[in-house]
Amino acid sequence: MDFTFTDDQLTFREAISRFLMTEAAPEMLREIWETDTGRSADLRNKIAEQGLTALSVPEQFGGLGMDDVAWALMTQELGYYAIPDSLADTAYVVTGLLNGLPDDNPVKARLLPRIADGSVRLAIGHPINPLVPDAPLAEWLILAHGDEVHAVPRAQVDVQANASIDASRRLGLVSWQPTRDTLLIGGEEGRALWADTLNRGALSVAGQLLGLAQRILDLSVDYVAQRKQFGKPIGSFQAVKHHLADIASKIEFAKPVLYRAAYALAHGDRRADVYVSQARLACCDASWLAARHGIQVHGAMGYTWEVDLQMFMKRVWSLDPSWGDRATHKTRVAAYVLSDEARLGPGATFED
Amino acid sequence: MELAYTPKQKAFREEVREWLAANQPTTPLANYDTREGFEQHRAWEAKLFEQRLSMVMWPKAYGGRGCDLIEWLIFEEEYYGADAPMRINQNGQLLLGPTLMEFGTEAQKQRFLPRMASSVDMWAQGWSEPNAGSDMAAITSKAIRDGDHYVLNGQKTWSSRALFADWLFGLFRSDPASTRHNGLSFVMVPLDAPGVTIRPIKALNGKNTFAEVFFDDVRVPVENCIGAEGQGWHVAMATAGFERGLLLRSPARFQATARKLIQLYNANRQSADRDPSIRDAVVEAWLGAEGYALSSYHTVGRLSRGAQIGAESSINKIIWSELDLKMHETAMRILGAHGELLSSAAQAVEGGWLDGFLFAQAGPIYAGTNEIQRNIIAERMLGLPK
Repeated sequence: MDFTFTDDQLTFREAISRFLMTEAAPEMLREIWETDTGRSADLRNKIAEQGLTALSVPEQFGGLGMDDVAWALMTQELGYYAIPDSLADTAYVVTGLLNGLPDDNPVKARLLPRIADGSVRLAIGHPINPLVPDAPLAEWLILAHGDEVHAVPRAQVDVQANASIDASRRLGLVSWQPTRDTLLIGGEEGRALWADTLNRGALSVAGQLLGLAQRILDLSVDYVAQRKQFGKPIGSFQAVKHHLADIASKIEFAKPVLYRAAYALAHGDRRADVYVSQARLACCDASWLAARHGIQVHGAMGYTWEVDLQMFMKRVWSLDPSWGDRATHKTRVAAYVLSDEARLGPGATFED
Repeated sequence: MELAYTPKQKAFREEVREWLAANQPTTPLANYDTREGFEQHRAWEAKLFEQRLSMVMWPKAYGGRGCDLIEWLIFEEEYYGADAPMRINQNGQLLLGPTLMEFGTEAQKQRFLPRMASSVDMWAQGWSEPNAGSDMAAITSKAIRDGDHYVLNGQKTWSSRALFADWLFGLFRSDPASTRHNGLSFVMVPLDAPGVTIRPIKALNGKNTFAEVFFDDVRVPVENCIGAEGQGWHVAMATAGFERGLLLRSPARFQATARKLIQLYNANRQSADRDPSIRDAVVEAWLGAEGYALSSYHTVGRLSRGAQIGAESSINKIIWSELDLKMHETAMRILGAHGELLSSAAQAVEGGWLDGFLFAQAGPIYAGTNEIQRNIIAERMLGLPK
């Protein structure tokens, strides 16, 4: 029993964090918002140079071969810096799906090396999400037709763009026709792959939400320490302190839940669905409260365009129902907990 | 990360499970707030000790088993999973024990720890005073040096178990000119010493759950002081986080309650589902208890890598106390009009939910109110100004 990360995992996270701190500062995100694509090729290239796009690509395809546990850390960083890019969709979620295909499927050799070197952008249309993030920009789209998984070139789909309150999210309604050429896998295997992909997408969102909660907490701590009223920093008042202490508590509570879910996913645990949904609920709780209390302690400034808080709150509100809304995840947990097969009580946390 | 038990850990779990199945009392012990119940619990603790299961994570030399914290969590899981009797010497074993371990002299450790592990000595705590509750540094009880003794005068209150306990530990002002956190000493007092008066305080459940303790020229030898004279605040705080944060309320207790709540809900579904929020609260109970368990394993992992527990002890205290309250509130909502009935009077109401509900009210208050815990999180973890 060892609930810790390796030094390598922690060092990698630290490096990514330091990199994003300078390369993805809020003023740069605002500039990228104003562009047509809402994406920065420069930023994405730099992220690829850091090795992030290669994280879970197998070594034989030029990647680092790391698993979901590493992503539980990295997605927090992507959330913390509110990266204006659905990078996790390509590098984590789609890569996970491609890794699940049989080794002789040619799409692996075609796409995985390019994911690793950062030269391809993929979008994924899981049936649980009505719109496809980055659909207007992706070179390839991974789409569902019943249980079938299809890889469709951008030229073969029709995308109707939908603007989001989060200007970084570029969503599209995708119309397309499945063909024999686009089919990757179907039937029972396709169904299993989509189920697995839902978990990966949900976990990716969980990690990002947790990172966002931490960012909002940090911004709020800075704000209440410098903002003065009644002759004192407002952070010295108990009502304000308790708002922020509650965010911190929710974040700390959610971390191990997220990590266990990632571990379960990486190890094919048969309760992975439940654990992923558990993580989603904990991370949704933390980030939703962070946004609410964050804007409260910022006062009217929190409601402005000018103060950066809005960027992170809007990402929280946008991601909250993505890859399964809370009802979806609560339903999955409830179905297990209230069933006869549930293993309840002390000693059931880590099942063999 | 390796979230699976080793063969050694599994074998330990098996050993504890089998021993409890063969040895735990088959009928419930009398309430520990009576003399009869207190002695029954003491006898049970002694039996645990004989098997070296009372304080598994203590060194063998002091009556423990030398287990690591994972094994301690496993022990707790088996203990609460088996619904074994409530432990009643936790003041000593979990609050004073680690303090002695860190600050005690070898003589003090040998004198006090084995008797604490076996519950030959039962301990009460003496922190709060009538005018020093959340503001503990306002302590006025004195321990004034007189030769090789301290002379104690003053009053402690809210002292759980003090009515039948053998010893009390707490903070006393040894420098009469001092104020606040300075000049306090951490002193252990035999409760049968001349000049000690113990007056029970009846709690809202009608039981003598805690007591006031009065000190009237009580003479205590100086070797009963832990750490240096005048350093009591430092001694008390240095270990306060660890025990309050990790040891005092292990997750197993709340996982057992969550399981009971889910069973209660499943058995009363038709009635409970008239209010859809009850079902949600039941699912939240599982999420809370399971999350707290994961949190404890995570903390133990971090501690094993040399981390300090810090302000997360305050987070844990908020988590378990609020979880416990919510679970018992939910149970009371499911029980509806049966909820108020004492178990002894109503065959229909099993499970001690009412007792648990009442005790849960105290959770956010004792061991530092949750408001104080939130202040600690804000000031020490987030660095907000005082």
